Amino acid sequence: MKPGEIAIISGFSDEVLSVKLLEMGCLPGAPVRFNFTAPLGDPICISVLGYELSLRLEEAATISILN
Amino acid sequence: MSAARLKIALVGNPNSGKSSVFNHLTGLNQKIGNFPGVTVEKRSGFSVLPDGTNAEIIDLPGIYSLYPRSLDERIVSEILLDHASPLCPDKVVVIADATNLKRSLLLLTQITDLGLPTVLALNMMDLVARAGISYDLQALSSELGIPVVPINARKGSGIEELKNVVSKPVELPAKNVFDIYTDLRLAVENVRERFKLDNDYEAYQFLQQPESLKFLNADGRAFLQNVSETYDFFPGKFQGAEAIHRYTFIQTLLDRVTLKAADLPWKKHTSAIDKILTHKVWGYVIFFAVLFLIFQSIFAWAAVPMDLIDRAFAGISHYFGQLLPSSMLTRLLTEGIIPGIGGIVIFVPQIAILFAFIALLEESGYMARVVFLMDKIMRKFGLNGKSIVPLMSGVACAIPAIMATRTIDNWKERTITIFVTPLMSCSARLPVFTILVALVVPDKSVIGLFSLQGLALMGLYLLGFAAAMLTALVMKYLVRVKERSYLLMELPAYRWPKWSNIGYTIVEKTKTFVFEAGKVILAISIVLWVLASYGPGEKFEKAREHVLIESANLRLTEEGLENRVAAYKLEHSYAGIIGKGIEPVIKPLGFDWKIGIALITSFAAREVFVGTVATIYSIGSDDDQTIKDRMREEINPDTGGPRFTPATAFSFLVFYTFAMQCMSTLAIVYRETKGWKWPLLQLAYMSALAYISSFAVFQLLS
Repeated sequence: MKPGEIAIISGFSDEVLSVKLLEMGCLPGAPVRFNFTAPLGDPICISVLGYELSLRLEEAATISILN
Repeated sequence: MSAARLKIALVGNPNSGKSSVFNHLTGLNQKIGNFPGVTVEKRSGFSVLPDGTNAEIIDLPGIYSLYPRSLDERIVSEILLDHASPLCPDKVVVIADATNLKRSLLLLTQITDLGLPTVLALNMMDLVARAGISYDLQALSSELGIPVVPINARKGSGIEELKNVVSKPVELPAKNVFDIYTDLRLAVENVRERFKLDNDYEAYQFLQQPESLKFLNADGRAFLQNVSETYDFFPGKFQGAEAIHRYTFIQTLLDRVTLKAADLPWKKHTSAIDKILTHKVWGYVIFFAVLFLIFQSIFAWAAVPMDLIDRAFAGISHYFGQLLPSSMLTRLLTEGIIPGIGGIVIFVPQIAILFAFIALLEESGYMARVVFLMDKIMRKFGLNGKSIVPLMSGVACAIPAIMATRTIDNWKERTITIFVTPLMSCSARLPVFTILVALVVPDKSVIGLFSLQGLALMGLYLLGFAAAMLTALVMKYLVRVKERSYLLMELPAYRWPKWSNIGYTIVEKTKTFVFEAGKVILAISIVLWVLASYGPGEKFEKAREHVLIESANLRLTEEGLENRVAAYKLEHSYAGIIGKGIEPVIKPLGFDWKIGIALITSFAAREVFVGTVATIYSIGSDDDQTIKDRMREEINPDTGGPRFTPATAFSFLVFYTFAMQCMSTLAIVYRETKGWKWPLLQLAYMSALAYISSFAVFQLLS
């Protein structure tokens, strides 16, 4: 994904992390927008459920999306 | 326990305005302590409800879910799950950011499922209106089966209504949101039976997070383990499914109660500011400008009140010295206790200013962006983006800096941050640095621009910073903990800070410091005073006679004589004897017993150095000399040359850069890590680092 793009969450690849992501509102089927990255490319900021969430790239990589 | 007292816990997501609600409910009637057995700070206070009931309000750490992500968050489960505990609340108020109702309701449904009487306080209703959202609150209340109160914690509106609702009996919802899966029914019933629990979901939580149940004995734990194995269950199983189930329920609920959805699908305002504040160049420029401002303020604004406090305490000491009859107790009061208290109070301006800034940055939402900017760099060193704040604050004073590590959720990263923060050169090192740098570094400039002395001073600061980062890097590999490091942090919308919240933070942090660290500092200053004021044998007692004999042919003024007597007494006091005792150990560093005394007295607080040296070197010098002159003229009897050669001075500077010479820091580390393990390790490590580096410097230069 590139900054500014919107996608739909389809699932997660890390079981432990998926619970946290779900609790934070990253639900399968929910739209997510990639807002911007930190200057060094990591972490990144996404919008989900109407608020902004920052997470590390390795954490974001566990979220699968539909295109 | 008094029957009239009602215990109310405040629970909510981080940034939901929980502390504003807490401040409104309790005012200044707050008490900060620790939860028993853990490091988590417990904020509680008292409030009188409209019906006259006295309520104890407990502010629990902000969480997104009952399943804890960090040690700090675990306290919430610990308290809410142990219904028999005296800390378990009678009622829970869930504070929800109404602009993000969906996420807040996840936590709410978990808490109502636990069977705790719950009230939902919908905060930030003004922002909801501005975003064009409107909810049918009556429908929301009846669907959830609990009272719902709209509030605006920033303005304080709705708080009276909240108090009203809380004072009345609160009904429980008729039905749980989450039904335990049929496979686990029997397991849950077993657990309920065994622990006499009121509720299935509570029993389910027992199975889900046995590590949060500190109150269980070994038998109870074994039982839970057994049940889990029998029913093929493990903690963490179904947590994702549970979240999805709850969100499905919440979505259906919101579809029914939302009268009007938001005008815009994504927030615009905040992202425009973020474009600048997290920009590749401007982001860092602004961050360093902010740091510079904080740094400057701590030095510039705190200097005047610190000076006033210093003088006020000297005045008080003097006043009592004159007022009370001369006795041992008077001297203990005027030379031990009052300066000891002064030594605590003098830090108050720095702590207050630093926490005012930190609270300001947190309230406005900027702090989350700093963490976002720095996380990648700090992570390489075993730290967290959140470590940047304590590290920079450490340049002013390690005490508030260590208190500021509370924002770090991950235990390992927080401990490493606490461990390395005292290596950052604090303001108390500055007087020692300036005096010795001025003594041995020539007052010249390099390329006509930079003063050599200034460069040396900067070098010392960089040395401390480098040591802190390298130590963190080493600890990253040494400390082994099974806690995964997450970032997953909300970037809250930018908001104007609420000044009263900042005021409460200042009061609260200052109070904590003065009372908690103060006790230890005071005790140590008294011990040091005794050591420096008493000595064994005739030489100490008859100091004046000895000095009179020795200096019979010097024409001394009254003041000069007093100085010599004081110096003579110090030499033969217990502190002096210890100084001589450690001389063999510190000789390889280029120090003699006089510096040894300074090292001992500086153990309590390094800024004492200048005063001690002033007293010790008053021997054999004229009255009107400055400390620097006295030090320059001090002769090393072994070589016949000056005592403070560049080798000795640099060795000494390096020693002061690395050594843990601050009782207050040790006391605060003890408080923050809840044990002596870390402060003692820190003391040993920093002393060893100081000794070895100092040894290397002296041997290389001499």
